[in-house]
Amino acid sequence: MGEHVIKLPDVGEGVAEAELVEWQGKVGDLVREDQVLAAVMTDKATVEIPSPVDGEVIWLGADIGDTIAIGSPIVRLQVAGEGNVKEGEAGTAGSPPPTPPAQEDEAAPAFEPAPAKAASQPSMEARSPDDAPKAVVELAPHPRAKERNAPAPAMKVAPRREGERPLASPAVRLRAREAGIDLRQMAGSGPAGRITHEDIDAFLARGAQAPFPAAPGLARNEAVEEIKVVGLRRKIAEKMRIAKSRIPHITYVEEVDVTALEELRATLNKQKGANRPKLTLLPFLMRAMVKAIAEQPQLNALFDDEAGVIHQHGGVHIGIAAQTGNGLVVPVVKHAEARDLWDCAAEVNRLAEAAKAGLATREELTGSTITISSLGALGGIVTTPVINHPEVAIVGVNKIMVRPMWDGTQFVPRKMMNLSSSFDHRVIDGWDAAVFVQRIKTLLETPALIFVEG
Amino acid sequence: MKEISCKLLVIGAGPGGYVCAIRAGQLGIDTVIVEAGKLGGTCLNVGCIPSKALIHAAEEFENVLHAAKGDNALGISVSAPELDFARTIAWKDGIVGRLNSGVAGLLKKAKVKTVQGWATFRDGKTVAVATETGEQVIRAETVVIATGSAPVELPFLPFGGPVISSTEALSLSKVPERLAVVGGGYIGLELGTAFARLGAKVTVVEALPRILAQYDAELTRPVAKRLAALGVEVLAGAKAKGLSNKGDALLVETADGVEKKVAADKVLVTVGRKPVTEGWGLGQIDLDMDKKFIRIDDQCRTSMRGVYAIGDVTGEPMLAHRAMAQGEMVAEIVAGHRRSWDKRAIPAVCFTEPEIVSVGLSPEEAKASGFETKIGLFPFSANGRAMTLQGEDGFVRVVARADNHLVLGVQAVGKGVSELSAAFSLAIEMGARLEDIAGTIHAHPTQSEAFAEAALKTLGRALHA
Repeated sequence: MGEHVIKLPDVGEGVAEAELVEWQGKVGDLVREDQVLAAVMTDKATVEIPSPVDGEVIWLGADIGDTIAIGSPIVRLQVAGEGNVKEGEAGTAGSPPPTPPAQEDEAAPAFEPAPAKAASQPSMEARSPDDAPKAVVELAPHPRAKERNAPAPAMKVAPRREGERPLASPAVRLRAREAGIDLRQMAGSGPAGRITHEDIDAFLARGAQAPFPAAPGLARNEAVEEIKVVGLRRKIAEKMRIAKSRIPHITYVEEVDVTALEELRATLNKQKGANRPKLTLLPFLMRAMVKAIAEQPQLNALFDDEAGVIHQHGGVHIGIAAQTGNGLVVPVVKHAEARDLWDCAAEVNRLAEAAKAGLATREELTGSTITISSLGALGGIVTTPVINHPEVAIVGVNKIMVRPMWDGTQFVPRKMMNLSSSFDHRVIDGWDAAVFVQRIKTLLETPALIFVEG
Repeated sequence: MKEISCKLLVIGAGPGGYVCAIRAGQLGIDTVIVEAGKLGGTCLNVGCIPSKALIHAAEEFENVLHAAKGDNALGISVSAPELDFARTIAWKDGIVGRLNSGVAGLLKKAKVKTVQGWATFRDGKTVAVATETGEQVIRAETVVIATGSAPVELPFLPFGGPVISSTEALSLSKVPERLAVVGGGYIGLELGTAFARLGAKVTVVEALPRILAQYDAELTRPVAKRLAALGVEVLAGAKAKGLSNKGDALLVETADGVEKKVAADKVLVTVGRKPVTEGWGLGQIDLDMDKKFIRIDDQCRTSMRGVYAIGDVTGEPMLAHRAMAQGEMVAEIVAGHRRSWDKRAIPAVCFTEPEIVSVGLSPEEAKASGFETKIGLFPFSANGRAMTLQGEDGFVRVVARADNHLVLGVQAVGKGVSELSAAFSLAIEMGARLEDIAGTIHAHPTQSEAFAEAALKTLGRALHA
């Protein structure tokens, strides 16, 4: 028996540490080579840490949410053979004292209570010396050195191979079948991984997969689940806290008649070549914002409130808040002022794809100077967007709806869209905020203006 | 005749069919069972039960015969015995009769309706039964096909005259002087041995290089040895060619290609059994087949909804206890329980002299399935009880996984080892490890001690060897 230490591998260029976001095993678990043990997250991505060997987990080096330096030991496995730890080297500096490796000392008396051994093999012979003679009778292991070298943990086999049938008595199998439990999903606590009635009790108590709904009817649910806020969620939470606690928001909502814009967009989409991206409303809005910012550059800025300095940027870097499977991310279209309509559209598409696939680079996810927030098709009438700190403005897009509008003589159906925009009231006055939104409204309602130079 | 409607119709009252019907009846399912012959099927009427009766009678007779010859180590001597074979057969028939009525009683107790006659499918839910009093139509929501199997006939040795199947062999009026057995499988050897002990000159013709080819040579060696001691001639690697013109001999081409005449009053053909898939309208319902068998899934469902099949008609191993377990399972499925076939082992017993038992994987099969194995064998020559029974030939052999000591298979050959099959099957079905077998107290003095010793031996620490 030896010990194999798994250290946090280098998970990406220039990353010095990563946050542990998931354990996929616990102490006592038997794992196979290539089985994923943990997941860590960097600014860029989530990386799975597989086990390089078969073995039993005897120590986990961090809690979920901990930040771990590259190269730190994170898991210790007890493995057959030598492992990768030499004796005396076990407790690497900086890590909590791990369970000493079970040392099979052939010269040791057979039933000497060895605390270290007992600790790492709780199911084994952790007996007091008084019990020892009895143990000889009950367990009847012939204390021949050769046999003692095949200690019971070797009997604990790693998880079943694919296709191997779970080991269980007929009564256990029948009970599982009737309860709708697939025994292949279960680990057995018995010898050689045998599944016992107690394992089924535990499985059912966990309610892992309540196979059938309980009797129909309403029931009180007293369950409270604790979910640790880690990874991307934690980053979002932190960001939102800062934004909302530091920035006095002023939110201004205005409706925009996008009938003409939608007509133009439809025409452009119809006539565009195959090599051009399909236009959504976003690139028009981006171009309109670029034009409006040219007149009010103070809105394209980062406010360093601690230093008391506003960094007013020349380049318009527009963050596009996007929902992904993992949560909210904000890929950034850099230098929108230097991109035409089609280029904006293409860049938005590219970034959206990358973000959804989790392939967006750190560069692509940082550096915005102003942000657009859109709930897309879900829309809503009004939102109160939270400013992407330390920016000073965010423009929220609501859903386009056909509404009856009074043209002076009659109601006419018009395609209307609300813009819900928030501003940092410390540095942007309400008046300026309104002027900015009104300017965007004018540009969008008469889209030709977007394309007029000068 | 008025049509019968029922929830479950079972076709065939062999061990699979009648168990299915009884269990269904217990579960409150309105059940009808149809049987053309006698209740109990092949097993009870012309298979397992009568053959074991005959084997027992033969053993008793031979023991006394030896004592009469002064060839008895126990010091028993008797005057020359005589055999009233008609009474032997009558005794056997008595047992069969008792069991027939036993099955009838059990079916009745379970409120199962029995219809006597030959059933033919009209469609997947309708069967016409030709009864003594006319055609009886039965409609059922669910049908279980349990039509069983029949002896295979050789085209050049058709049944009739001196050529008999196992069925006729169990009802002969006298012991043939000379018996040729074509096929050295378990049926041929069980019956051949019995007739040899009853005084027949038996010759076994086997096309394969050795008898009981489904078992390994180690396991069959005691049987071959005993056959030789009984004066049974075994022609291995030999082909039966047909009957001589006079009908008093079997023509055989021996392993060396030499034509040989084996004088025989009866020629018993036991070259296997085939599923009964004809004559009951399989064509009407067009089920998917698996070669000559009906294809079933792990719940014994056929390709047609509401039609199940169990027993010999569904494939190997063609054993009564497999059919019974399938029947029980299907009844419970029909009753709405969640069941599927998850048996780990189907024991196989060969009532030769001595008996052979095989449960689970043989050493070769275990190796072929990719396991690192450990094998331990304990001989009955080191078992006290075996000595007192004059049954020192044979052994118990355990096959286990090397990594976790899980018992994969157990084989045994020896006097009366058929009864040890229970322990072997239980061990495998419960998922026992070698340590479990070794750690269970086995009563002394019994042959079962050899099981524990074989497990110890596999662990490298047999106590008595």
